Amino acid sequence: MTPADATATQRFGPYGGRYVPETLIHALDELTEAYAAAGLDAEFRSSLAALLKDFAGRPTPLYHARRLGQAAGHASVYLKREDLNHTGAHKINNTLGQALLAVRMGKRRIIAETGAGQHGVATATACALFDLDCVVYMGEEDVQRQALNVYRMELLGAEVRPVGAGTRTLKDATNEAIRDWVTNVGTTHYIIGSVVGPDPFPRMVRDFQSVIGHEAREQILEAEGRLPAAVVACVGGGSNAIGIFHAFVPDAGVELVGVEAAGEGLDSGHHSASLAAGSPGVLHGSLSYLLQDSDGQVAPAHSVSAGLDYPGVGPEHSFLKDTQRARYTSATDDEALDAFHRLSELEGIIAALESAHAVAHVLAHGRTYAGPVVVCLSGRGDKDVAHVARIEGRGSLL
Amino acid sequence: MISKAFTARLARGQAALVPYVTAGYPERGSTLGVMEALADAGADVIELGVPFSDPLADGPTIQHASFVSIGKGMTVHGVLDDLASFRARRDTPVVLFTYLNPLLRYGLTAFLRDAVAAGAHGLLVTDLPTGSDPQIEAEITASPLDLIRLVAPTTPVERVPEVAKGGSGFLYYISRMGVTGTRTELRTELAAEVGRIRAAVELPVAVGFGISSPEQAAAVAAVADGVVVGSAIIQALDRGGAAEAGRFLASLRKQMDG
Repeated sequence: MTPADATATQRFGPYGGRYVPETLIHALDELTEAYAAAGLDAEFRSSLAALLKDFAGRPTPLYHARRLGQAAGHASVYLKREDLNHTGAHKINNTLGQALLAVRMGKRRIIAETGAGQHGVATATACALFDLDCVVYMGEEDVQRQALNVYRMELLGAEVRPVGAGTRTLKDATNEAIRDWVTNVGTTHYIIGSVVGPDPFPRMVRDFQSVIGHEAREQILEAEGRLPAAVVACVGGGSNAIGIFHAFVPDAGVELVGVEAAGEGLDSGHHSASLAAGSPGVLHGSLSYLLQDSDGQVAPAHSVSAGLDYPGVGPEHSFLKDTQRARYTSATDDEALDAFHRLSELEGIIAALESAHAVAHVLAHGRTYAGPVVVCLSGRGDKDVAHVARIEGRGSLL
Repeated sequence: MISKAFTARLARGQAALVPYVTAGYPERGSTLGVMEALADAGADVIELGVPFSDPLADGPTIQHASFVSIGKGMTVHGVLDDLASFRARRDTPVVLFTYLNPLLRYGLTAFLRDAVAAGAHGLLVTDLPTGSDPQIEAEITASPLDLIRLVAPTTPVERVPEVAKGGSGFLYYISRMGVTGTRTELRTELAAEVGRIRAAVELPVAVGFGISSPEQAAAVAAVADGVVVGSAIIQALDRGGAAEAGRFLASLRKQMDG
């Protein structure tokens, strides 16, 4: 491979790219080269595999959720239990990989953005493990919605910087993280939490998250002796979805279903369904579907779950949508809240509100699939309990 | 027009002065008066900012100006209308300073046509670095507009000629790491860095990011072909409107030429 190839920008069809200030180009070139070299290094790969096993607790189980399946119209539903990872979500798969890469690159300061706080916690955890300085940007609204995760990050030694600009959610936290990176790029690695941002982030985060699908594919083959009819995952930025989809993309008979947040309904204007209701545009360094107004200003997103409250989506999802390899649908706030309750009661699993969107899809449409359905249960719901209680008028209890 | 404005200054042993202002700030109807004040106070080229909801290359001052401008109803069409009004009254060349998404949404071909018709001479797209999108870059280069390219302190020396190649008008050197905004001190390495870039390219080199006082402007003018001032102009507008922005710019001009 020539140096030019190592740093060539890769795209997903027309999507992705590197639409960032010039200041970051050299850092993205360096990151691309370092990532390519790490991938070829057996020691890097075995270090990461050991961390995923011994520290994160992989492989996560694929659990046959019989009562949920019954409630979904006698469907056969399997839950990929990413909620059982250390720190309670799939985010740790990516942060361990990127932190290991940062150490390899000699960067001792880490920044991250977070919405629900799960990626912030996973980043703070990896930084504690590797003794790296950690700053997490989080929208002021999310700081309030997810107070428990703020404290968790602080316990882990990270500094949480609230972002008061713009929509005060994940989008603006990402802007602020990019501004920090532009300023401190010599010493700092930016651990992006989803399959978004400039190349190589979308494919690098995808690779680190693809362990979800590789495990799930083996597990369902072992359990059922066949591939599933469908794989279902929630989509905000889309990292858990790409993570579980990736291994199944070549399996043409497996339907890939992404569930976006329809918020108060797609017609209400208060939602986060970039793929269903957006149009291609550039945000945070890549071209992808985007919620925007007629003047190209990014439109505010809404979801009851902070982790899906994002007006953009990973560029690979845009490509999977246009090529029709994946299908994207949505679930409303109310449907997700209902699924949150029903999964708790039916299976004894309190899921993250993000993951509850995928569960909601299966509850409503599970019967329409001709075979087993694998759902990515991307995170656990402890962080959402107080928020849901507040929504249901029981805030004073907590 | 833009390179001529630089050449005219250089012929007199002076550096060009390039103020930035966000269109539609602080009021929807402010743009024309502010641009006239800047032109009359000695601006050689004006950078007119198209406000964007997610200005990730900008610091707090220009972020705020952008949010206010959008909040008061500014649109891309509105920016071009204001530019056309200015063009009817002054000759000062104008560079439209923007993020990519509003252009894509408007339609790149239509935007280039309408920007030229409104009297723009150049286009600076903060999130379109050299090589990021050859098709878009080629279409801009083929238009009558100068494509203003940026070089950062992190740009490897060997990349500088490549960056300059697709550009025209002038080359914009970002004087420090980070986003736009005022700073009290210039970095000591600046003179050497600008010297290396000037040696590597044919285009005039203007320096911006963080210049906020007449002394800083004069220091930069001593080593570069042009001085770009942005956030400090917005702050002058906040202190005393278009008249104060003009007075502030004139104070930079005076110190630079002194």
